[in-house]
Amino acid sequence: MDILLAIAIMALGAVVLGAALGFASIKFKVEGDPLVEKIEAILPQTQCGQCGFPGCKPYAEAIAKGDVDINLCPPGGMEGVAKLADLLGREVKPLDAEEKPKQIAIIDENTCIGCTLCIQACPVDAIVGAAKQMHTIITPLCTGCELCLPPCPVECIRMEAITENIDNWKWKYPVVEIKAAPLQKAA
Amino acid sequence: MLMNLFKFKGGVKPPTNKTQSLGLSIAQAPLPSKLVVPLHQSIGGTPRPVVQAGDKVLKGQLIGEADGWISAAVHAPTSGTVLEVAMHVQPHPSGLDAMCVVIEPDGKDEWIARQPVDYQALTPEQVREGLQQAGVVGLGGAVFPTHGKLTASKTVPMDELVINGAECEPFITCDDLLMRERAEEVVRGIGVFRDLLQPKKVLIGIEDNKPEAAAAMRAAVDALGEPFLVVQVPTLYPAGGAKQLIRVLTGKEVPASKRSTDLGVQCFNVATAYTAWRAIAHGEPVVSRLVTVTGNVGEPRNYEVLIGTPMGELLQLAQPQPDTDGIVMGGPMMGFLVPDAKVPVVKATNCLIAHSERLFPPKAPEMPCIRCGACAQACPHELQPFEMYWFSRAKNFGKTQEYHIFDCIECGCCSFVCPSRIPLVQYFRFAKSEIWARERDKNAAEGAKARFEFKQLRDEREKAEKAEKLAKAAAAQAAKKAAEAAAAAAAEASPTAPDSAAAATQVQASAATVEATATPAVDAEKEAKKAAIAAAMARAKAQREAVQPKNTEQLSAVQQREQAEIEARRQAAHLTDPAQAEPAAPASEKTD
Ligand code: SF4
Ligand code: SF4
Ligand code: SF4
Ligand code: SF4
Repeated sequence: MDILLAIAIMALGAVVLGAALGFASIKFKVEGDPLVEKIEAILPQTQCGQCGFPGCKPYAEAIAKGDVDINLCPPGGMEGVAKLADLLGREVKPLDAEEKPKQIAIIDENTCIGCTLCIQACPVDAIVGAAKQMHTIITPLCTGCELCLPPCPVECIRMEAITENIDNWKWKYPVVEIKAAPLQKAA
Repeated sequence: MLMNLFKFKGGVKPPTNKTQSLGLSIAQAPLPSKLVVPLHQSIGGTPRPVVQAGDKVLKGQLIGEADGWISAAVHAPTSGTVLEVAMHVQPHPSGLDAMCVVIEPDGKDEWIARQPVDYQALTPEQVREGLQQAGVVGLGGAVFPTHGKLTASKTVPMDELVINGAECEPFITCDDLLMRERAEEVVRGIGVFRDLLQPKKVLIGIEDNKPEAAAAMRAAVDALGEPFLVVQVPTLYPAGGAKQLIRVLTGKEVPASKRSTDLGVQCFNVATAYTAWRAIAHGEPVVSRLVTVTGNVGEPRNYEVLIGTPMGELLQLAQPQPDTDGIVMGGPMMGFLVPDAKVPVVKATNCLIAHSERLFPPKAPEMPCIRCGACAQACPHELQPFEMYWFSRAKNFGKTQEYHIFDCIECGCCSFVCPSRIPLVQYFRFAKSEIWARERDKNAAEGAKARFEFKQLRDEREKAEKAEKLAKAAAAQAAKKAAEAAAAAAAEASPTAPDSAAAATQVQASAATVEATATPAVDAEKEAKKAAIAAAMARAKAQREAVQPKNTEQLSAVQQREQAEIEARRQAAHLTDPAQAEPAAPASEKTD
């Protein structure tokens, strides 16, 4: 009799706790894959496709699955590779391309014929213009992905490295002076 | 008038070196040869230039229009001609250039029509706008636009208005002399701030090493019958930091994450109050300020200086000693060596110190941190500089934030006391600017991601819409054809019942043909577009080729002869083939 009671109590407990867990799993459901989101937060969101994927998110998904290397994103640079390695517990590898300084695109407004092809190419909507009107780049929005260069039929878009100005200038790492110790004669 | 003062922890007592520049009264600096007025002289948006090279301007005329609410207008400091609007080197530790309006004075110093206003007849918004138009900014050194600080918090009642006349940095005496000589106008300016903010109390804090200034301010307060309290605070660097003075006078501690109005207190410098009063009661925008010129000079003194005066010219007035090897802007604790003697005096320039090795002997090299804790004891914000130093040095920025690096006011007390002579503040500045840069990058990346995702969504939607439209058009055409066919069938075979099955197959067939014809139509459209683009390309190319290098037109005879000689020499050396050797070959041909 006792043993039946014990089993009943345990069964009741199991049912109640199972229901609670089930409810919690619905209520606190995590949207999307948290690992992909973490990886995406590290990627620079330039959306340039140089990694061989159509944007940063597909690359993040591929990394999360473990099918690809973590050193394929040139805009992220070595710093990005190091961060990814840190997150995923993988080894740091040298970047699979040259590291470039950050650039932005500039349209030569005298040559632009207003074909709208660059607008269609820009992944982040950083170009304004209309058919047969001059186009221009909204500099703060440009990620420097270079995707607008090939479609331009008159080659009026060029890339320029972002130069240092008072607004983006950073204090430099203090340089430690090293003083030569006076030579001591061997005793 | 005794009142309970509070204390802040730490602080240091460096030699004050103030007496040198206190001997003489304020002098008006003469007109310099040229004025270089930077457009960006305050926190916030960069003002837009509203003058061009060649324009005639009057003293006080607007030359830079405020961009956004947190931004302050810039005015011509004297009458004259605008020489250029161009990049010039700035009084900034980076030594980089920024946009400046360069004015050649005409010597007349002729004012624009000045409009004094009765501020009591205006709404608070109008007064704030007026101060923005007059370019009034915090003259204590932070140059935050004053109008932006003149709105009380909606939820917290305004308890105290703190007026900062402490001037704790060594060498600097411009606020001291301002209070001694122009106390009345300072007090009137404080009255304006009081009326806008409606605080319960107004406290004017002055360090107790300036008894004359305190006496002058007390006399002015009494003469004007204002209920302001002039409080002498103990001399201890950095008692003149806004947060420290608020702490000493009210006991309130303002964290980096909050505005002082959220705690019911606001703080202004005495010089700011003075310029605010000049702007309101005399219609004079901020075109000059008081600057202490001291250090390694023969005659240290305070000057009323036009904004834009080159620092080198100003320093000459005080007769610098021959071994002067640089100019420090600001005090010895928080100032920096300016990159060039040509840099202009700006609204943030309270003091110039002629630098020499005699006055500021070079520091012995840095040694390792011995964890003595002296820096933590000296820090007025109760931070742990040595911990922040370790993490900044290791570039572990997350940890520096855990140690509250953004509460550091860069006062330099920690570097001042460090027995290992570690330039702690430099490490903190480095860490802070790295953290800001990362923050900017992160925000930019987030924005790019959002726009990318939106673009993808839009592309999808457009594709779907197009497909739907095509399908609809095809269906409509098919329906029309079917109707025609049905009508024809009905006309032809009138007596017999229409064969509905046949009609239905016909409809299907015609629909198929419609779809087949739809694609060629799209193709033709594409072809037309391509052709148009090709034509445009050809035009652009022709345009580029038609461009002649401008500097080869109108050559003088001498230049033409020189060119011919050069060409002859090149031909002799077989550098060019003669067919191409035309002198004015367009540059574009080579680049093509
Ligand atoms: S290379 Fe980097 S920035 Fe470019 S799309 Fe791939 S992950 Fe994004
Ligand atoms: S403007 Fe050009 S370089 Fe800049 S983000 Fe758009 S496509 Fe890339
Ligand atoms: S004062 Fe200098 S040596 Fe002492 S703990 Fe601070 S950083 Fe280290
Ligand atoms: S510079 Fe910063 S850390 Fe150093 S004493 Fe001043 S507030 Fe403290």
